[in-house]
Amino acid sequence: MISFSGVAKRYPGGQQALQDISFVIKAGELAFISGHSGAGKSTLLKLIAAIERPTAGAVLVNGQNVGALQRAALPYLRRNLGLVFQDQKLLHDRSVYDNVMLPLSFGDLAPKEAARRARAALDKVGLLGRDRANPIQLSGGEQQRLAIARAVVNRPAIVIADEPTANLDADSAARILDIFVAFNQVGVTVLVATHDEALIGRYARRVLRLAQGRLQAMEATA
Amino acid sequence: MRAWLRHHRRALGGALAKLAAQKPAAILNALVIGIALALPAGGYALLGSVQGLAQHASLEGQLSVFLRPEAARPEAEALGGRLKRDARVREARFVPREQALRELQATEGLAEVVAALNRNPLPDAFVVRLRSADPAVLEALAQELRAEQAVAHVQADSAWLRRLRALADTARLAIALLATLLAFGMVAVTFNTIRLQILTQRDEIEIAKLLGATDGFIRRPFYYLGGLQGVAGGIVGLGILWGSLVLLNTGVAPLADSYGSSFRLPFLSAGDAFAVLLFSALLGWFGAYMSVSRYLLEIEPK
Repeated sequence: MISFSGVAKRYPGGQQALQDISFVIKAGELAFISGHSGAGKSTLLKLIAAIERPTAGAVLVNGQNVGALQRAALPYLRRNLGLVFQDQKLLHDRSVYDNVMLPLSFGDLAPKEAARRARAALDKVGLLGRDRANPIQLSGGEQQRLAIARAVVNRPAIVIADEPTANLDADSAARILDIFVAFNQVGVTVLVATHDEALIGRYARRVLRLAQGRLQAMEATA
Repeated sequence: MRAWLRHHRRALGGALAKLAAQKPAAILNALVIGIALALPAGGYALLGSVQGLAQHASLEGQLSVFLRPEAARPEAEALGGRLKRDARVREARFVPREQALRELQATEGLAEVVAALNRNPLPDAFVVRLRSADPAVLEALAQELRAEQAVAHVQADSAWLRRLRALADTARLAIALLATLLAFGMVAVTFNTIRLQILTQRDEIEIAKLLGATDGFIRRPFYYLGGLQGVAGGIVGLGILWGSLVLLNTGVAPLADSYGSSFRLPFLSAGDAFAVLLFSALLGWFGAYMSVSRYLLEIEPK
């Protein structure tokens, strides 16, 4: 479960990114955050992963106030979150397989089990046959699917994605969102930030609409 | 425990791979560290040789007691008895003037000089070894012996050795200062190498932090890299020292041979060589620790 209660975020330069944001995403829910560029979508997701800290209010993730977490506790929070970024943040000097193995290398999994999970994650996103390739050899859609495989390889309870379909063609974007829906169907909480209203319209899910750092509406799409 | 070992093995493997991937830079760093290490280690080895010589000659209290030329043998025997009864004396060896002359004749280059003498100019003597090296005890006994009727001259033989020891102590202090200064240099070299490595891997570190890597996981490969760089520098330093000693010994050997000595400048003992490696590894690790502490905190995901 993700809960925002009266959350505000002001950056050191004085820019007010979020103001008085309150909402709850239930466990097992798939929801969208929409809004124009600069509306505060990325900041909101960064607060969930404790990449940024709120200047007011409380952000709870599975009951933990992430804004109050000590620095040493952050890695353990992030291991339980699947993060997908618009720019994928892949390591281009490593193979597809090594990129997926990266989050597993931090933990205590035995190498065989880690390898099995990495292959399973690649299989889920349709990249198992390309595990030896370099990310640079993949298409934009494939790179985004690789980022998703890396995000879910630790079997997180929550996946958050920031503009995962940006710069993708309609088919690739739909395929990416279908992957998120498939994870959600097995109980994973998914929160996707996107400005693509047409894509959101294809799914009957709750949408949190942000404008100028404020939550304008929470509505379900038809 | 297994996971912990696995993480360390992986970090060590990663550090070795990085060294292998950057061979020219790694070799240059090892050379710089090696030269910095070879200087104090060489000083230490040379000092060890000097101290070895001094110890061979013994730093214990020793007096040479020369009798008057006119002193009769019974007077010498009486003095010998008095010395043997003295509790401060470990050993009193009588050197008759004839034996002293024979020993002088046996000294290379002096045989002809001695042969040219028409009489034996050397007196009877005692070589007195004391139980204590305390200068006060030595001086007290020397004073007492000077008052003896049969004694012409008393020489405290260990005085020059004490001076040598004082010189060696000064040299040891100088080497310690040099080693400290060069240790700072080594730490600075490793600090900078690791800093560059961190900056090169900035994106990777940021991504790893985003995905849940702990600070320890990120720091570990850099510590190993620093330590390995230190070890590599240590090996190069020992190599430089060994090569230098081999060269120096080509000059020392004929000189020592001319004195009938088999003296050679020795290499460090196995223990000392290991200590040099350990010291350099620790300095490398410390440089990495400083660098990682300084720069890793600056890298936070945005």
